Amino acid sequence: MVGCKFLSVAAGLVITSAALAQTNQLEVSDAWARATPAKAENGIAFLTIRSPTSDRLVLVSSPVARKAELNTMEMSGMVMKMRPIASLDIPAGQPVILKPSGEHIMLMGLNGPLREGQSFPLTLTFEKAGARGVTVAVEKPGATGPTSQR
Amino acid sequence: MTGIRLPRFALAALFLGGLVILGAAVFLGLAHRDSPRGAAGTLLASAIGGPFRLVDQNGKMVTDADLKGKWSLVYFGYTHCPDACPTALNDIAVALDELGPKRAAVRPVFITVDPERDTPEVLKSYVTAFDTPILALTGTPEEIAQAAKSYRVYYAKHPEAGGDYSMDHTSIIYVMDPQGRFTASFTHESSPEEIAERLKKLLA
Repeated sequence: MVGCKFLSVAAGLVITSAALAQTNQLEVSDAWARATPAKAENGIAFLTIRSPTSDRLVLVSSPVARKAELNTMEMSGMVMKMRPIASLDIPAGQPVILKPSGEHIMLMGLNGPLREGQSFPLTLTFEKAGARGVTVAVEKPGATGPTSQR
Repeated sequence: MTGIRLPRFALAALFLGGLVILGAAVFLGLAHRDSPRGAAGTLLASAIGGPFRLVDQNGKMVTDADLKGKWSLVYFGYTHCPDACPTALNDIAVALDELGPKRAAVRPVFITVDPERDTPEVLKSYVTAFDTPILALTGTPEEIAQAAKSYRVYYAKHPEAGGDYSMDHTSIIYVMDPQGRFTASFTHESSPEEIAERLKKLLA
């Protein structure tokens, strides 16, 4: 009986920690990139970040490019400007969605073209949550969102 | 209780700022106004578009005269731009798909603002990635400057660490009629449906 009780308590603990893991951790989802033409040197990736606590994205990297960089696209009047940003604030409980015409990840100096239907790894480093790996799905060159959301 | 008092120069600045905003609003209002004939025949029709001499993705010379006879959707951008430019070109491709048989009357034109990196070969590989035939143009820095001047397009190099650079540039899709007159405009934020609707009216 004692053994049984111990087991059920242990099981309860396992379930509780699993539930905590789901809600208490930063999550990166819906990662996608635009396919690039054969000779393109730059690519672009987008994704969604959710964190129960405030955090900050400070670094991005991927083996497919010489350099990955956090960028933002801003409009001043009708003029489009792309600027690197040092970090990206992730507010607690609010999804941060990287999407066209906003914040994005620039992949500079691609080793080869990103082909539609393929995928590649990307590592995001957060101030508190540490490094997170994500698989990025490659969509059409002019895609406006991940396939799953269309 | 005294109200907020602004010095005279601040009032003047506010007034001038207001004038600039008003002017921009009038310009945009004109540029986006929805009349079947578009802006052709108005002052704007002659203010945007003009002479240029460039080469296409196959190395063939193209001048403003070659654009006549068809409607043109002219967009200035560069191939190292992975955000606004593919969005604009994709929106054009999707919009043209909705035109049916009239699609043949419209020619998308992509003019680079980055002639340093965008050679005809680079442009060729770039535009073939989109689902519609696109006339892609480049030239010497002087020729590009002339084309941009004709279309009132602003562009500037923005250097970044490690020798990389991005280009700031006007992000407008210009609709030119078969006589080469500016008729309407869109941005990379216009939806393909919006573009298709407007083009259907213009082509009717």
